[in-house]
Amino acid sequence: MRIRPLGVFAVLYLVFLYAPIVLLPLFAFNDGTVIAFPLRGFTWGWFAELGNIPALHEATLNSLIIACSVAILATCLGMFAARAATRYNFPLKGGIMGFIMLPLVLPEVIVAISLLVVLMQLGLETSIFTIILGHTLLCMPFAIAILQGSFAGLDQSLEEAAVDLGETRAGAFRLVILPLVVPGIIASLLICFIISLDEFIIAFFLSGNEPTLPVYLWGQLRFPARLPVVMALGTILVALSIVLLIVADGFRRRGLRKMGQNDAGGFL
Amino acid sequence: MNLDMNSGPLISLNGVNKYYGDYHALRDISAEIGAGEFFSLLGPSGCGKTTLLRAIAGFEEISGGTITLSGKDMAGVPPNLRPTNMVFQSYAIFPHLSVEQNVGFGLRKSGMGAANKARAIGAALDMVGLGHLGGRAAHALSGGQRQRVALARALILKPKVLLLDEPLSALDRKMREDMQVELMKLQREVGITFVLVTHDQEEALVMSDRIAVMFEGEIAQLADPEELYRRPATKRVADFIGVMNFLPAQAGERLEVAGLGPVDLEGVISPQGAVSGACSVGLRPETLSLLYDGETARSREVRGVVDEVVYYGDMTYYDVRLDGLEAPVRLSMRNTVGRDVLDVGAQARVGWDPRAMVVFPD
Repeated sequence: MRIRPLGVFAVLYLVFLYAPIVLLPLFAFNDGTVIAFPLRGFTWGWFAELGNIPALHEATLNSLIIACSVAILATCLGMFAARAATRYNFPLKGGIMGFIMLPLVLPEVIVAISLLVVLMQLGLETSIFTIILGHTLLCMPFAIAILQGSFAGLDQSLEEAAVDLGETRAGAFRLVILPLVVPGIIASLLICFIISLDEFIIAFFLSGNEPTLPVYLWGQLRFPARLPVVMALGTILVALSIVLLIVADGFRRRGLRKMGQNDAGGFL
Repeated sequence: MNLDMNSGPLISLNGVNKYYGDYHALRDISAEIGAGEFFSLLGPSGCGKTTLLRAIAGFEEISGGTITLSGKDMAGVPPNLRPTNMVFQSYAIFPHLSVEQNVGFGLRKSGMGAANKARAIGAALDMVGLGHLGGRAAHALSGGQRQRVALARALILKPKVLLLDEPLSALDRKMREDMQVELMKLQREVGITFVLVTHDQEEALVMSDRIAVMFEGEIAQLADPEELYRRPATKRVADFIGVMNFLPAQAGERLEVAGLGPVDLEGVISPQGAVSGACSVGLRPETLSLLYDGETARSREVRGVVDEVVYYGDMTYYDVRLDGLEAPVRLSMRNTVGRDVLDVGAQARVGWDPRAMVVFPD
């Protein structure tokens, strides 16, 4: 078989991208405290160890509270923005939407530092609440991007038809618009949840004495003996992220099919 | 047509105006639409016909004037409380619901029992010939079926007025012609007033009891199809409805028509009153005829050369260059036995009749 340069490049690219992630579970199941080859035997021990660390449980709880709040908050706000962007025309619409999408490309460190400065000026303590605010800012563009796809695919007359047939505006939204954008809403919730759960920089700056999971992990890196436990935790996080992403995209696609539209793009 | 004139008009439009910012979309529209009438709003895109329809439905707030429905002023009445239902251009079938659920959507607030609802839905579907498709998912329907579902969904509520926004424009030609006939039958059956918006003059002529031709937010003419076709009020209406040849002319004692010669002013149709000076004379293609050997004109004849032949099977359209006329005139001939289709370049004798002339001042 002829070796094609682009094929080789693609393989190298994928290896470079995923080799570190493959190493994670490899060492998480390795029966030894040193992160080095050769592997020494299979063990569930490091995963069992996770159950014995109260600080980790606290961090996990923090992360879940934050991720859930952020998912709901960002998705709700995203719905307003997405509907406004697709349904109405208002002055400076392009500029306003651009501003909302800006966090997508801003360096996170800059966002984190600016948020910290603002919070300090306002005299607010860093806490779970402040992380929720920061993550919501970060997740909004993703929520809007997903939801805009759902809302843009809707024929405007659908809502008018429902009103014409006797429903109020609110009833039309509940009976016609909402069911059609539900897959987008679920996709947005899941994506925002993952982003918040995995996010480190903003959480690091704004967490104070309530660390999130990634911040806790970062703290554990100072202790070489804890490394296999970190690997085990990382494995769980990666697996969870992948599963949620697949589920989220499944919902997004289902939504498109429901309306008889073709799939264009998406995350997977 | 079963106009019930005793109870007054069903819809009255009184000096209706609509502005979008500086843009004057509807200019002083006044018209009355009777109960049971098939009424069409006809005009090119951007003439305001859809805006007017949406104003009747309640989707557009008007800037001035009144719209009354069976005597009640509709100002401030939202669409869900008006006795109108609409068939949207896109049909707006709810894609997440079945055909039955779509048709039954408007019955949610009726307080009907489940059995009665099912019966009403079945009857509405039978009416549009979709009785067998009730359980099908809405997104699995063809264009024609979607349109029928939209009709059933609107008619099930027994509105006083059914508003139709270009309902046939998405269908192919054959289907469109079938649906025209079906819509007319349906309208006669249910006896509901239909108000149709269309840019297709043929569609309007075929289906309507009366037609309002609109240009730039104004009604240019409101008449029945025959009147509209034979006595168009303005040159623009004449040009928009069907095909019309326009010949330059000069009106004085008599009407001097370029290429045809002098004509008595009496007998010529003159919708805008007496004319004098420069004017245009309109002649429909079917009022001109090719004269074959041995045939003589019933009225008058003129010579020319065939410039273009367009063969339609049942009809042939000829563009004929008349002696002394710059632009060719178009005429149509029914293709019958013994009348061969002429070739381009052939000498032709054209028969015409002054009584078919419509004259407009320039």
